[in-house]
Amino acid sequence: MTDIPRVVRIAGALTEVAPLPGAALHEIVRVGDRGLLGEVIRVRGQTATVQVFEETIGLALEEPVRVTGAPLEVDLGPGLLGSVLDGIGRPLERLAALQGDFLAAGADAPTLDPDRRWPFTPSLQAGADVGPGDVLGTVPDRNGEHRILVPPGVSGRLAELKAGDWTVLDPVGRLEDGTELRLAHRWPVRVPRPVAAWRTGARPFVTGQRVFDFLFPVAEGGSVAVPGGFGTGKTVIEQSLAKYAEADIVVYVGCGERGNEMADVLTEFPELVDPRTGRTLMDRAVLVVNTSNMPVAAREASVYLGLTIAEYYRDQGFRVALMADSLSRWAEALREIGSRLREMPGEEGYPTGLGSRLGKMCERAGRALVPGRPEREGAVTFISALSPPGGDLSEPVTQAAGRVVAALWALDAGLAHQRQFPAVDWETSWSLQAEGVAPWFAQHVGEDWPALRREVLTLLQRDRELREVAGLVGPDALEDADRLVLESARLARECLLGQSAYDAADASSPLAKTRAMAALLVRMLEGGRAALAAGRELGALDLTRARRALVALRDGPPAQFEETVAAARAEVEASLRQAGGAT
Amino acid sequence: MIHPARTYLGAAGAAGPLLFLEGTRRAVLGEVATVRCAGAPPRRGQVIEAGEDLTVVQVLEETIGLGPEAARVTLTGDPAAGTVGPDLLGRVLSGAGAPLDGLPAPVGAGRRPLQGAPMNPVRRRKPADFIETGISAIDGLNTLVRGQKLPIFSGSGLPGLALAARVVAGARTPRGEPFAVVFVGIGVTQRETDEFLRGFAGTEAMARSVFYLNRTADPTIERILAPRFALTQAEYLAFERGMHVLVVMADLTQYCEALREIGAAREEIPGRRGYPGYLYTDLATLFERAGVLRDGTGSVTQLPILTMPDDDITHPIPDLTGYITEGQIVLSREMHRQVVDPPVDVLPSLSRLMSAGIGAQTSPAHRRWADQLYASYAQGRDARATAAIVGEAGLPPEDRRALAFADRFEREFIHQGPARRTIAETLEQGWRLLESLPREDLRRIPDATWAERRTAREAAP
Repeated sequence: MTDIPRVVRIAGALTEVAPLPGAALHEIVRVGDRGLLGEVIRVRGQTATVQVFEETIGLALEEPVRVTGAPLEVDLGPGLLGSVLDGIGRPLERLAALQGDFLAAGADAPTLDPDRRWPFTPSLQAGADVGPGDVLGTVPDRNGEHRILVPPGVSGRLAELKAGDWTVLDPVGRLEDGTELRLAHRWPVRVPRPVAAWRTGARPFVTGQRVFDFLFPVAEGGSVAVPGGFGTGKTVIEQSLAKYAEADIVVYVGCGERGNEMADVLTEFPELVDPRTGRTLMDRAVLVVNTSNMPVAAREASVYLGLTIAEYYRDQGFRVALMADSLSRWAEALREIGSRLREMPGEEGYPTGLGSRLGKMCERAGRALVPGRPEREGAVTFISALSPPGGDLSEPVTQAAGRVVAALWALDAGLAHQRQFPAVDWETSWSLQAEGVAPWFAQHVGEDWPALRREVLTLLQRDRELREVAGLVGPDALEDADRLVLESARLARECLLGQSAYDAADASSPLAKTRAMAALLVRMLEGGRAALAAGRELGALDLTRARRALVALRDGPPAQFEETVAAARAEVEASLRQAGGAT
Repeated sequence: MIHPARTYLGAAGAAGPLLFLEGTRRAVLGEVATVRCAGAPPRRGQVIEAGEDLTVVQVLEETIGLGPEAARVTLTGDPAAGTVGPDLLGRVLSGAGAPLDGLPAPVGAGRRPLQGAPMNPVRRRKPADFIETGISAIDGLNTLVRGQKLPIFSGSGLPGLALAARVVAGARTPRGEPFAVVFVGIGVTQRETDEFLRGFAGTEAMARSVFYLNRTADPTIERILAPRFALTQAEYLAFERGMHVLVVMADLTQYCEALREIGAAREEIPGRRGYPGYLYTDLATLFERAGVLRDGTGSVTQLPILTMPDDDITHPIPDLTGYITEGQIVLSREMHRQVVDPPVDVLPSLSRLMSAGIGAQTSPAHRRWADQLYASYAQGRDARATAAIVGEAGLPPEDRRALAFADRFEREFIHQGPARRTIAETLEQGWRLLESLPREDLRRIPDATWAERRTAREAAP
């Protein structure tokens, strides 16, 4: 009796287990009579501290603990797409079939359906020498085709590879040394999957949101933090990116967020059809869901699960967008566990290792030459929402993230209150990759793109200064040239940077449209300046007319884009001619 | 799992609401304990931490006069549970479910664990059914839908509870389905609860309501359990009886303070402003119990009320609440002072689920209409701030118009006094205000919407 490991203490999500000699950190154990999934996070002598990924209420002292010897792993293979997993990789539909409408602890459900058969077409033959990442063949999946890879760390000469209908558990092939190959393989979620070489991306991650594409673009493979207080529209942004960003695969991690929001995602994703492929967003998405009332330790694990799945599709050669909403909840889960461990806390109670863990996490994003043949590149772009307390960006999680990400898209409550959406504060937001991707925009969208961007940024900056002055002396006391700046900046905010996620015609903005709107705005500003320089008064400029043209362009049907641009341009030119500003 | 009852003589220590036991066998996390002391009625408690060396029992009743050495503590093996049933409707109960109305304890239809279980997210239905509350600031600009959790951020001396009472009295379900109200008072004063109850006494509404009252003078620890009793009953009515349940919870600030008190007694490392680091997770276990099931007929809608300490919306309690709930209705002291009733500041207020509830169910132009009201009002408020420095005469004409609009908006749209407005009346009121502005100021209203409005107006008598 005494040498069977048993529960000796239970405090929230943490249990202590003794005796557990030889326990390794991050080893998975099964806790209690119901076999709750737990992970060893501290070992002291014969006693191990275990964080439990399931609800611990009802767990009793002395219940037995079983050792598994393996770390927290996930099955990677066909059938992931379209599934909704909990933080430790169990499909929620399967849990619902087992347990009904409400979740209970102690259920076992494999990530991949063990019974489903997949028609496998090999692309290699017996006798071939294979190494990690080599494409063995394909099976059809919801996104088109799923590439079956030689798992990392495996190499040798193929003794056998069989076409046919196989489950993910069946051996489909064998190496000469006897290693069996299957459609799926397991991978520990806390370990980054290896790459052959990291690549710097010159190609932007195109979001369809003008304020990001135009002002703060990131490269494919970049990592972005999106901090914003509650009600600033983080979730709407994350969802818009999932829907419209240019990515082959979307992995969406709802980490400690609202259940109703996930219901929203689950209603919308299957209805959103990509006109190019005729497939729905759900056909190329994997959702990881750990709502705020689900166990806190699983919340911590959910982000690693999402990263691992994203890397797996990167390794197949896809461009993956990984959204995490929100990393602050992940950090809080760390804090909660840390405080139960009675660790000496760092800033605001967060564990001192917060920054390094966050850094390692963001480093798993990137564009890479992935291992294996045929040679291919893949990318994971990582967009994480942050929920700073009180909207205060000086808090530890936002600060730690700011040190490791490539771009920061800061959301502002003041803009949200004015219903300026996306409520991106262009004063505090930044992108380290804007210069790096500028040549791509110049080449693929328009040569004037970098110049337009500079012009609009300068306008916004000047507007901010002038508004401070106007706040003191009143806008009427400003000169006409300054009032033109105020008016133009207002147009920039309302039309160019503002974009309604609920407006079917404008929810996603193609790059050509973004450029056309920016060009029109800048033309209006320059023409206005010329008119003023020629001695006209601001009142002579029919800005309302120009504004209407911009609005028409913003709200116009995407199918008649060319006509709308031409009409809008003609309107602006006409209004400038009328004011005598045409040059 | 069935665990037998075990009784221990003498506890190792006590601190505040906590009792510490040594050498407990097979203690179960969350099990109910009974604490007996000579000369006092038995007290109830719950195991909140189990350990072979030390087990912590949280005692529900006052611990004054509780001597740990002489206490007889029974660990019952039962999970904390509450009686639920249709016969609880019309009753007034304590925060621990005991009758306060002089009637015998309700028999109920069964007992359910207070903890509740998380709804499987794939079994949730997206909340989309419009609830007409009769209040313009809510129906028009911060629409409430079934299954939503929409808190009222109040301040001390502001009528948060009164607003909730009006919502309860005025709420209409779209198709007249079975409807119930569960009210839980958490550390609320006698005066406030009496006022709230008075609105119900003898009405038909009383018969479809159940009240759980933990008053300011009642034991602090009961505040932790009271909302869970209420939500357990609400879930029963909604998901086992198919009713639409509106849960009013006041005051969440008192709840959070009770949590902080326990955290301090356990000598936990505190998070922001002394509140436990798990405050977010704990609040989520209450708020996330709102929702609608995909295959069910009932729903749980929550209207929690909290007091922002020092009117500070960045205080951890409103802050963490706002991150979990689907929006917030923020009350303004300044508007209250100017006798705007209800004193709702719509700029920081928000309903995240509004888009799903409006449109087909209210008016196709609702979204544009609301955006324009917001934009014009926000511009007017900015102008008001500028005017305070440079004077109204220093404002450009459009800002002057927006300022006049903002004044009228507060007096004629937000302020409605005791009257109930239908959604049609709310929309009409808003349109009339918008029409006081020239067309070029209404930039959020597209031409098509504007034309429709003109036609509709000319067609009206």
